[in-house]
Amino acid sequence: MFSLESITDSIQNWLYSTFNPTMALILECAIVMLLAIGLFAILGLVLVLMERKVAARMQIRLGPNRVGPKGMFQTAADTLKLIMKEGLTPDGADKFLFNLAPFVVMIAAMLVLAPIAFAKGFQIWDINIGVLYISAVSSVSVIGILMAGWASNNKYSLLGAMRSGAQIVSYELSAGLSIISIVVLSGSLSISDIIASQQTGWWLFRGHIPAIIAFVIFIIAVTAETNRAPFDLAEAESELTAGFHTEYSGMKFALFFLAEYINIFIVCAIGATLFLGGWMPLHIGHWQAFNHIMDYIPSSLWFLGKTFFLIFLIMWFRWTFPRLRIDQLLNLEWKYLLPISMFNLLLVTVIAIMGWYF
Amino acid sequence: MYRETQIINDSRKISSNGEDTGEGELVINVGPQHPATHGVLHLVITLQGETIQKVEPHLGYIHRSIEKMCESLSYRQFIYVTSRMDYLSSHINNHGCALCVEKGLQIEVPPRAQVIRVLMDELTRIASHELWWGAMAMDLGAFTPFFYAFRERETINDIMEETCGARLTMNYMVPGGVMYDIHPNFQKRVKDFIQLFRSKIDEYDDLVTGNIIFQNRTKGIGVLSKEDAISYGCSGPVARASGVHCDIRKLYPYEVYNKVEFDEILETAGDSFARYLVRVKELKQSVRIVEQLIDNIPDGDFQAKTKAVLKLPKGEFYSIVETARGELGVYIVSEGATTPYRIKFRSPGFSNLSALDHLSRGHKIGDLMAIMGTLDLVIPDIDR
Repeated sequence: MFSLESITDSIQNWLYSTFNPTMALILECAIVMLLAIGLFAILGLVLVLMERKVAARMQIRLGPNRVGPKGMFQTAADTLKLIMKEGLTPDGADKFLFNLAPFVVMIAAMLVLAPIAFAKGFQIWDINIGVLYISAVSSVSVIGILMAGWASNNKYSLLGAMRSGAQIVSYELSAGLSIISIVVLSGSLSISDIIASQQTGWWLFRGHIPAIIAFVIFIIAVTAETNRAPFDLAEAESELTAGFHTEYSGMKFALFFLAEYINIFIVCAIGATLFLGGWMPLHIGHWQAFNHIMDYIPSSLWFLGKTFFLIFLIMWFRWTFPRLRIDQLLNLEWKYLLPISMFNLLLVTVIAIMGWYF
Repeated sequence: MYRETQIINDSRKISSNGEDTGEGELVINVGPQHPATHGVLHLVITLQGETIQKVEPHLGYIHRSIEKMCESLSYRQFIYVTSRMDYLSSHINNHGCALCVEKGLQIEVPPRAQVIRVLMDELTRIASHELWWGAMAMDLGAFTPFFYAFRERETINDIMEETCGARLTMNYMVPGGVMYDIHPNFQKRVKDFIQLFRSKIDEYDDLVTGNIIFQNRTKGIGVLSKEDAISYGCSGPVARASGVHCDIRKLYPYEVYNKVEFDEILETAGDSFARYLVRVKELKQSVRIVEQLIDNIPDGDFQAKTKAVLKLPKGEFYSIVETARGELGVYIVSEGATTPYRIKFRSPGFSNLSALDHLSRGHKIGDLMAIMGTLDLVIPDIDR
């Protein structure tokens, strides 16, 4: 199978043979940092353009089509505009927290990127508690949102931030329980082990109906966690103008905007890793020829394909459904999703202990 | 807010309207510039957490003294100003004014003009309800329906543009009939529209009406009882959703409304979903009226012969029409001159807005948007 391991290994060997170990480590960190920032910039541009194109397609219109071929550079132009705009800090705002908040949200999004495997042998940090790390760090972003809402000294922002706090804390639970059901099946918290356990088939198909239920709950919960419609109460523009980022402008607003899309990418990447086998190609039972052909498709394409499929799903929700009300949102979580996912976890555990999965 | 200046000792205790707020209450201003109010309505909302304690609408941001302006314009000219009141049913506003002047002058409108007027009214009603449907879904956070609604609405605007020369403020009705004859393409294009509309109307139900989130957001929200609807003076779809039999086209038929078959849609629930259903069903009824009339436009004059300068006899004249929002009353006091002595419009939006506080108390902020959406407020109609 095509693997990036040889390339990454050769870079590491070259670094360690040329420099002393400390220097080599620092250089490695620098390379990873540059790659991560580059990835963020590209992801932001691509995902915003994708959202606008998907929205246009669903709304019987064309979408951006003026800047560059088929509007490809539209988002780059938008970014340029946002960089050149003045970042206002309102009078009466808590200036330190107000300016800190976008960076907290952004850094929280960046941290979650670490244990994600982009392709075979292409993972920043193969930590042995990868799933636990992701669940822990992804909830940090709520602090940034609360900070932004409080520091803005604006009633809309405050309401939006409070909504967001209640929402993210609630939906963390069922997202966590869905993730645990895959941990139970694969018997490991490490991302690379979870992917390796799906060599013969993806957990979505091997785990019977409970795995499918866990997947559906996971998708609903992460849509809510990333504050996307129909759960976008934190910014609900018809109620709260723009919610927690009402007072932000220029690059500070762009950071929130970027963090939203990075978060979508990350949760979809996690979904693809846990339920759809990450970079593992699609293998069907004993169809040797089919499996062999699938192996020829590079693993990075498998990973990105699955992730972008899930991203499309989440965008599809946004442009189809009306928004929920705050009490309905919390009812959905505490009265339906949480009990279902708890019971589902029990079923998954039984399946895992009895070895009933394929 | 508009009281005399007071010295505020403890600013935390004073809300924007100068009254003391209770413990833990939060006063927020929705509007005059806010994505939810579709115009320049200013709502001062007192909140307890997310629950609404009180809603206070502040009007006047788009007041253009249309009534006063009309008093200095002749009986032909003042009709054009009224297109700017409820700009989504401008034909029907013009129609109401023309009816009132015709009543005063006792002009007999030719049958052809009557049918054209009713056709235009109903097309306007469809266009208005289409826009409301899209905007209502957008208030609840669904953007896509807006574009689907505009797909059909554009067709109507094109038809209007061809015949009247304008897409929004048509100014097509004149005392004694209509300004021009219909365009030769009119009948064909209206039939095309009906065909398009019939094939697309089910999409509306698929996209919004049947949606579980939409139903949860609107059912049981903002319940207006029949008695309250009457006492607040509500009219149009808002009152009909509460079971009030109030369709002017049925009660006091004007033009050819007594010759066409259509149903007055009545719902009894009185909540936001009932108001939604009434409008969606009215769309189909309007198409029914258009279908009956489009092949039966009688030949003849499109305008009655009138004098160059109209002078209403001394007296008071009142006429009512059913706009897309409810009952529009036009009241003219004449001293026998070429301009009205006094004009008063009874606009449906104003009375419907007055029920907003009653409807939204105890609900959440999100519900306020659902209630405002189903009241179908057009702010220039309220302020005039």
